[in-house]
Amino acid sequence: MNEEPLLSVQGLEKHFPVTKGLLQRQVGAVRAVDGISFDVRKGETLGLVGESGCGKTTTGRLITRLIEPTGGKIVFAGHDVTHMSQGRLRPLRRDVQMIFQDPYSSLNPRHTVGAIVGAPFRIQGIKTEQGTKKAVQEILELVGLNPEHYNRYPHEFSGGQRQRIGIARTLALKPKLIIADEPVSALDVSIQAQVVNLLEDLQGELDLTYVVIAHDLSVVRHISDRVAVMYLGKIVEIADRKGLYESPMHPYTNALLSAVPIPDPKRRAGRERIRLQGDVPSPLNPPPACRFHTRCWKAQEVCRTVEPPLETLAPGHQVACHFPENVAGSLEGVLGGTASTGAVPAEAAPAPEGGALA
Amino acid sequence: MSAPLDVSGEEMRAEPEAVAKAGGAPIQGRSLGQIAWMRLKRDKVAITGGLVVVLLILVAIFAPLLVGWFGHPPNEFHQEMIDTLTMQPKGGSGIGKDFLFGVEPVNGRDLFSRVVYGARISLLVAFFATLLSVVIGTVMGIVAGYFGGWVDTLISRAMDIFLAFPLLVFALSLVGVLGQFETQLAVKGDTLRILLLIFVIGFFNWPYIGRIIRGQTLSLREREFVDAARSLGARGPYILFREVLPNLIAPILIYATLLIPTNVLFEAALSFLGVGIQPPTATWGGMLSAAVKYYTVPHFMFFPGMAIFITVLAFNLFGDGLRDALDPKSSR
Repeated sequence: MNEEPLLSVQGLEKHFPVTKGLLQRQVGAVRAVDGISFDVRKGETLGLVGESGCGKTTTGRLITRLIEPTGGKIVFAGHDVTHMSQGRLRPLRRDVQMIFQDPYSSLNPRHTVGAIVGAPFRIQGIKTEQGTKKAVQEILELVGLNPEHYNRYPHEFSGGQRQRIGIARTLALKPKLIIADEPVSALDVSIQAQVVNLLEDLQGELDLTYVVIAHDLSVVRHISDRVAVMYLGKIVEIADRKGLYESPMHPYTNALLSAVPIPDPKRRAGRERIRLQGDVPSPLNPPPACRFHTRCWKAQEVCRTVEPPLETLAPGHQVACHFPENVAGSLEGVLGGTASTGAVPAEAAPAPEGGALA
Repeated sequence: MSAPLDVSGEEMRAEPEAVAKAGGAPIQGRSLGQIAWMRLKRDKVAITGGLVVVLLILVAIFAPLLVGWFGHPPNEFHQEMIDTLTMQPKGGSGIGKDFLFGVEPVNGRDLFSRVVYGARISLLVAFFATLLSVVIGTVMGIVAGYFGGWVDTLISRAMDIFLAFPLLVFALSLVGVLGQFETQLAVKGDTLRILLLIFVIGFFNWPYIGRIIRGQTLSLREREFVDAARSLGARGPYILFREVLPNLIAPILIYATLLIPTNVLFEAALSFLGVGIQPPTATWGGMLSAAVKYYTVPHFMFFPGMAIFITVLAFNLFGDGLRDALDPKSSR
């Protein structure tokens, strides 16, 4: 717990300017990510969930510095990379890699698999002992592809295979941290499980740290050690997996969890389904104070005027809400929570999650 | 249109893994270029067009040989073929074993030789003008599309200006002005005119291809493989030339092939107006222009006219086929 986190994000902000007219006058800003903070410890998997447009992908792209942060701080392995120049960032890029969402768009159709997976070596100017080809073939084998596919083109592969090629590319430089942006959402459900399991196996084998961005709660539950829930550019709740799924404190998390389909009709009948009213407000003009108050059934006057801080209500369980749920119930969560926090890396061995991926 | 779709049937059906495990001959991966070539081979019309194009190029290259075998030097007068009373070719056209396409009225020059030599000028000007347009257009388009912002605004406005430019008037005046200084220039005569034509045609046509490349680059830039390269630390030139440019080969090829016939026509039009290559050098447009005065001898106009027609048609058919082969998703 006391060791320095591999990745530390503090008050990170990204506002996309909205301009108007000939002179590109700024008339507003889309507050895609609006002050989020979290730490990722070495060897753990942090899940980042939320509905479309809540800023999860932007967060991932900020961490990999594909886009420039507007504010806040990103510290990776002791280096402040928030505004580091691309030139100085280059060597650090070996350690932070990204898995992309769409396996059809993330591979250049004009390059062979060998060229795609070998690109990291070429771009970073790395010489390997037995040549790039050998290194690439080893990685292909690692992700479960036939090394003889070296000279094939992406269009000759299925979606799942293509995602494996993408994963192979991210692994080429033996990174420390992998940002997986919706790694399985573009895949068939049957293939999703394979890819998720591949990611877990690789984590154990190569000592990887993941930030998994997803909107599928069951995928996140399967793969994550800790989970952060985002709503409109803010983190509303962050906790270890057990604490979050078993005793969610934020009403939004509750609503999300109640929307997860249960494959068993008997169990389904006994559950209370929370239906959120209305749409997510526009990030152009987010609601003041608590951003969830427009859709929250517990909202009161204080929610409209005072922004709830992200507070630790149980060990390892932070919530930004004036009226959190399960706080009494979280006493059990406290015990369970501490136990699992201490044993975070060990928990990489996947606990069987019945039907989690169904 | 049916041809491109067939590809997914026979050749693509085999599941690579299954066959490889079955232990047959190793399956070769096919690049997109190879697949396009397979599609193109099935398109009989495009292949015919392509063959005609190749034939035309060979004719232009080996013009002296051809003329040596089947004709007379292009600027040689054959007064003996002309009826001295009407100044028209004897027998109406003079077409025969000796003069395959007949002779010109008045001075009796061999039309076959002149059409063959005309192919040289037409194709030379069209090819190099297209090359110039493609190079400028690709560089401008890719830079505007990839970097965006004020660079894009600047280049896009430049394109608008070029497109609005009264090209024909400019060409007419440029040729007139340069004609005044011809004695002081390093290059003279036909060489100067050819360079001028290439410059005028090529330099003012780049915005068309530039806009297409800009649009394609705009959409390619948003693809995740560009982000992947950036997240690996790739610099701008690497992304432009290694990641983006290979995906632009298809549109570049297609529009270059379709631009050539336009330029053939444009060169003919300029020569017709007397702005292009000057007589006695044979050009198709110049021959047409001369033939206008002799409408009683239709073969004079027919052969250069047909030459232009066949060239333009062949390039267009080939270009269309190429587009279908390289980009089967685009609808005609």
